[in-house]
Amino acid sequence: MTIRRKLAALVAGLLLMATPVLVLAVDDPSEMLPNPQQEARAQAIGAQLRCLVCQNESIEDSSAGLARDLRRVVREHVAKGENNQQVMDWMVSRYGNFIRLKPAFSLGTLLLWAMPVLALLMGIGTAFLFYRRRAAAPPPPPLTEDEKARLARLTKD
Amino acid sequence: MTTPSDNLTRRRLLMALPLAGAGVAGVAFWKMLDGMQHGSFNPHDINAPVLDRPVPDFTLAPLPPAEGFTTQDLQQLTKPVLVNFFASWCIPCLAEMPTLMTLKDKLTMWGIAYKDKPDNAASFLHHSGNPFTRLGDDHTGRAGIEWGISGVPETFLVGPGGIIRWHTAAPLTDETINKFLLPLVQRLQTP
Repeated sequence: MTIRRKLAALVAGLLLMATPVLVLAVDDPSEMLPNPQQEARAQAIGAQLRCLVCQNESIEDSSAGLARDLRRVVREHVAKGENNQQVMDWMVSRYGNFIRLKPAFSLGTLLLWAMPVLALLMGIGTAFLFYRRRAAAPPPPPLTEDEKARLARLTKD
Repeated sequence: MTTPSDNLTRRRLLMALPLAGAGVAGVAFWKMLDGMQHGSFNPHDINAPVLDRPVPDFTLAPLPPAEGFTTQDLQQLTKPVLVNFFASWCIPCLAEMPTLMTLKDKLTMWGIAYKDKPDNAASFLHHSGNPFTRLGDDHTGRAGIEWGISGVPETFLVGPGGIIRWHTAAPLTDETINKFLLPLVQRLQTP
């Protein structure tokens, strides 16, 4: 095998490995906006929108019919020049906060967002109490004669 | 002062904690699955924020020979109307039809064929019976998005003035109709 053929095989292999990254659920390239910047923005918005049919996928990842329709709507709005917030608000006004994959920060979601910090503080608190109690515990009582004899027996060899 | 046996009990309790957690999660999951089977829990019943809001702007293609309808028609209502999204390809819609047929003398119903071929929608209504006095065709599904539906069947009760008073993403049952829908219609008709 010549070096050139090896190189070609290598390139083909790398391309094959890269395809799963390149392929989103966009079934049809005609869905995509001609302007790459706008398309990237539409994909970023779509990645934050829940597909309401296959609820743990974003509309960019899902190939459900509704996801395709919502992708088209997002692109229409982006092409009209709306900003990300406006598109998001349009979706939330129709489908509620459930459509956001990343919940908005509000009074209702305060506990949700604060939970990592709270959990960390609780962990630090527990560890602190645990170590303080251990440091404050009195030293164990000296071994009795029986225990000493048993220890000597066990450590003889 | 803690004795060694106290310590042992505490350790055993601590070890039981993850098991107890798994147990609670298991029971919750079981209840969820059980609810899905008995219809008390529906993960697709998305609580869209449509209640007490005016009907959205939407356009429907006509589905002859029935008369179509528009946003304005709903805004000018003086009596409640049930708006039902259906499709000939949707099995739960087929199952829901007999229920809608029993309701048609008590409540005006307008239907929207969601992502359906007009011919298929027409033959679906021919076979199942047609409870709708007006019909529209949402071939692209765009009107469905304006209404915030995520599938079919979905049903909205539109009150006088075109305000959405009730919504469900599950097929209508006799129980929901008698316990909830008809009393609500009664209240809306007597201001």
